[in-house]
Amino acid sequence: MTKIATRDAYGKALVELGKINQNIVVLDADLSKSTKTADFAKEFPERFFDMGIAEQGMMGTAAGFATAGKIPFASTFAVFATARVMDQVRNSIAYPKLNVKIAATHAGLTVGEDGGSHQAIEDIAYMRAVPNMTVIVPADAEETKQVIFQAAEYNGPVYIRLGRPNVPVLFDENYKFEIGKGHQMRDGSDVTIIATGIMVSKALEAADKLKEQGISARVINIATIKPIDKDIIIKAANETRAIITAEEHSIIGGLGSAVAEVLSENAPTKMKRIGVQDTFGESGTPDALLEKYGLTAVKIAEAAIEILK
Amino acid sequence: MQKEQLILIQEKARLIRQDICTMTCKAKSGHPGGSLSSADIVAYLYFHAMNVDPKNPKDPNRDRFVLSKGHASPVLYGALAEKGFFPREELLNFRKIGAMLQGHPEMKGTPGVDMSTGSLGQGLAAANGMALAGKLDKKDYRVFVVMGDGEIQEGMIWEAAMASAHYKLDNVTAFLDYNGLQIDGPTEEVMSLCDVAAKWQSFCWHTIEIDGHNIEEIHAAVEEAKTVKGKPTIIIAKTVKGKGVSYMENQVGWHGNAPSDEQLETALADLADIADFCGGAQ
Repeated sequence: MTKIATRDAYGKALVELGKINQNIVVLDADLSKSTKTADFAKEFPERFFDMGIAEQGMMGTAAGFATAGKIPFASTFAVFATARVMDQVRNSIAYPKLNVKIAATHAGLTVGEDGGSHQAIEDIAYMRAVPNMTVIVPADAEETKQVIFQAAEYNGPVYIRLGRPNVPVLFDENYKFEIGKGHQMRDGSDVTIIATGIMVSKALEAADKLKEQGISARVINIATIKPIDKDIIIKAANETRAIITAEEHSIIGGLGSAVAEVLSENAPTKMKRIGVQDTFGESGTPDALLEKYGLTAVKIAEAAIEILK
Repeated sequence: MQKEQLILIQEKARLIRQDICTMTCKAKSGHPGGSLSSADIVAYLYFHAMNVDPKNPKDPNRDRFVLSKGHASPVLYGALAEKGFFPREELLNFRKIGAMLQGHPEMKGTPGVDMSTGSLGQGLAAANGMALAGKLDKKDYRVFVVMGDGEIQEGMIWEAAMASAHYKLDNVTAFLDYNGLQIDGPTEEVMSLCDVAAKWQSFCWHTIEIDGHNIEEIHAAVEEAKTVKGKPTIIIAKTVKGKGVSYMENQVGWHGNAPSDEQLETALADLADIADFCGGAQ
């Protein structure tokens, strides 16, 4: 199976976008080689702005660019693109609904060896709480590319959550991403697994495991966490007996919370949330971390079997 | 500067000061002290320096103004109303439910407001973005920023200050409204600013120190800033908090308090004649 990091797909998409849209400008905070904005910097040096290790200034500058009709993409690691600059994002970008795209890489536990200080496991929760903010977590390289292009078309602030390691390619160019729309990857009648980001491929694996045991699992990819696709979630709740959510993020405030909010108000349904259980991460390889913190296909399948008992 | 022009700006500053007092009185809240201290600077910018058109507030070629010390919104609203960006009656709805004029400037709802501000420290970075976009588009508009002296205690100001200099943003002209007072007391007691000019110079900015109530000095400084190439300019404007209203001048208590109806009468009387309070008026 081909594996590509979503940050690599981001870097390539930015270059393509830069060629067709002169209004794209890119800002980074001294991490351009890691966030892959260096690709854009090489191609369009006059439209690339390294702001140094100064994330607050970067977000404010991006806001200023947007007031003048530019479409700024501001990139750094997710941990710095959220908590460190939440007031700048809130007041300079989201409150005036400025057209700034925050493309944050190195999200989640799969940052790996850098450890808990660098593993954003609550970034979706922060961003989801801010009015006017759209929150998107692409699952693979193709979806990332489409997300970047659509984010540039959409007029308003968007948070795009990207990862460090190579992850399986799930989609080809026949796939059509749409902001605010979930995507059913596989039909099923017993249980629904709603996943986002790197957990989508694990949800598909889990569905295979469940099939071996005679359990029919529906798999839904929710890339847009906000605004969330209520219809696809309510439909799944009405057509299957239980919902499992899976995300590389705290179970507090992320996909699991968003799905629970939709269900409790519209179609109360038994559910379990697979994610980081209100704890910080630690150093280790990405795979070892996902194993230790229970973000695996096996855990998703176990949760499904448990909830159907 | 022509004498008539000087008198016009001083008169506008006087009206804006009256607006500030009326607006905060009617709202029963707001920040008159730091609005009054920056009134001459803002009046000069809107009635002499800046290329802006109330009929076309989003003109891509316009000069920009960022009130980084967003709590001084009354001074901006007064100037915008005097300039004709919106009807003067709006001033009386300042800070009221459903009104256009929010407690702190909000760019989407108010014609003429170029940037939403209020959380201190953020305006200079936004100005940098505007200035960089101007350079990229080969437009010759200028970006003016007014910061408070207490405000530069925010770390983000210095991130932005470094970036303005690094990117040689000679189209950015910042003002420091140096009135020496912040909410908890004199800046030197709350958090010493030490040598302000030296700080900005060490960040590779061109600095000019003036009396922030003397229109001719403001004019000379802005003109000088235009001639400085390859670096941004900060005009460190020594001001008096509450300038023009007898009982507010240099009183820290008037940072965020509104005058009563009775106090408003006194204020409007104090501001009835330029000669009574304006150092630049002869």
